[in-house]
Amino acid sequence: MSISTAASSAVFAVYEPVIGLEVHIQLLTQSKIFCACSTRFGDPPNSNICPVCLGLPGALPVLNREAVTMALKAALALNCRINPRSRFARKNYFYPDLPKGYQISQYGEPLAEQGALEMDIGGASRSVGITRVHLEEDAGKSLHEGFPDSDEKSYIDLNRSGVPLIEIVSEPDLHSPDEAYQFLTRLKTLMLYLGVSDCNMEEGSLRCDANVSVRRRGAASLGTKTEVKNLNSFRFLQKALTFEIERQIEVLEGGGTIQQETRLWDSREQRTYGMRSKEFAHDYRYFPEPDLLPLLISESWKESIRRSLPELPHLRKARMMREYGLGEQEASQLTGSPALADYFEEVAKASGEARLSANWILGDLMFRLNERRQDITQTPVSAVALAELVSLIAEGTISGKMGKDILAEMFASGQRASQIMAEKGLQQISDAEEVGRVVRQVIAANPKQAEQYRRGKTATLSWLVGQVMKATRGRANPQVVQEALKKELGPSAPA
Amino acid sequence: MALTEKDVRYVAALAHLELTAEEVRKFLPQLDSILDYVQKMNELDTSHVEPMAQVVTSASENPALRPDVSRKALTPEQATANAPESAAGYFKVPRVIDRER
Repeated sequence: MSISTAASSAVFAVYEPVIGLEVHIQLLTQSKIFCACSTRFGDPPNSNICPVCLGLPGALPVLNREAVTMALKAALALNCRINPRSRFARKNYFYPDLPKGYQISQYGEPLAEQGALEMDIGGASRSVGITRVHLEEDAGKSLHEGFPDSDEKSYIDLNRSGVPLIEIVSEPDLHSPDEAYQFLTRLKTLMLYLGVSDCNMEEGSLRCDANVSVRRRGAASLGTKTEVKNLNSFRFLQKALTFEIERQIEVLEGGGTIQQETRLWDSREQRTYGMRSKEFAHDYRYFPEPDLLPLLISESWKESIRRSLPELPHLRKARMMREYGLGEQEASQLTGSPALADYFEEVAKASGEARLSANWILGDLMFRLNERRQDITQTPVSAVALAELVSLIAEGTISGKMGKDILAEMFASGQRASQIMAEKGLQQISDAEEVGRVVRQVIAANPKQAEQYRRGKTATLSWLVGQVMKATRGRANPQVVQEALKKELGPSAPA
Repeated sequence: MALTEKDVRYVAALAHLELTAEEVRKFLPQLDSILDYVQKMNELDTSHVEPMAQVVTSASENPALRPDVSRKALTPEQATANAPESAAGYFKVPRVIDRER
């Protein structure tokens, strides 16, 4: 984009971006929303389909109760009002991966409305409005590349046709690409806690479109918006929004007007493109789905789901700060996913060392997992195994430095810390007698430095500690070494 | 009712129908008379009647939702058997792509 960073901060002083997100989340049901086909990802093409999701004549949809339950969990966690009666509607359009020629969605009477997601933005608490949460079915998948005749043909796999989705629409309450990123992150964390989706963007189980406009700061009315699609990763979301905001500002600054249109993000070219302006693109002719009853949610069903909600991320964070004495930053990071928070609590409880556990998990463990492009659910080091290591460090059996090496070995071999220590003779030397012997050898070998210390140059002590550590190949307990050196050298005083 | 030829072409395009000029002229009065007939119902006062698009039950919950159990239905071969074109288990269609360059 042609706007430089400096120029861009100047125009941002004049223009305010206004962003609302439409997020599609695939629900973790076993079967599809309106038929009993499997929702499994990655199966051979067209192997999980039946007359209903193929749109064959005469096939009738029957709603999956679990899909409704999951949607209710999401809506309640987002503080929405649940409509006791909602309706399904047909959204009509033609595309080859939509076999019926319409998508069953919800329109005028959605499952839930008027919610909010609480966020921390720049240290301040902010509430982002949730316009609605509704249930719908997914379309199939079109493959435009990768086949010998791809320049003439598109390939269609309908396994995904009929997979249950919820669409979550936010109010236009977000004012920068970063805020949008944080909102989506919070939303994802919430869904992971609820266990209603795996929110895997690569596999398409979390998809995001954005409505973007800009207006002069202080203006009461909103500018004309564009809808940006194809935001298939968290990184793309920020880049695409930044590009689109700057594009709109440039158009306005040049005296032009923004056209209301749908634009696609092209990650290869790092820009958005207007989609062919189809005259009929937005004439979906919604009408109530006659093959399904209105969806009725009883008060008792709603309340039983409300009672079953797990501890939500912000509450868990507060509890972990209180219970384990964690800092805000640590607690935030550790509650980023329920799996990580569970892992931490298991390590902290088993080792009895909460702070040290947090340090090792957020430090070396995460580092090694990131290196291997794994997340906490794939860790080769179990919580029990890490707790053992943390305990060994806490009781001084091994040093922190040795701990790092042992953890690396645990990653490589899958062995327990105690096994590795036994095999490599890695016990930390804390025995005063044994350390004293090495200390005396080191003093004898370095009379000059010993003398310097005695004359009052106390800094020499750490050099001598280093020599003892070297002589024991890092196995001596540094604290015991320091004590032994002081004892053997006598007082340090200026001559 | 004053339907225009433009309306007929618009509705045809939404339905992916290609009509000749002659067909447009032929369908215009036919569609118009259907709409006229429906228009008659507007003479009734329905302001106190709730629209009924679906069967309404008086229950507090839907009586017949499906349990979340999956089972196999068709094989890829069966599913694509009637398709004009298929390969490697996929349906094949003329290339569709939505972007203008």
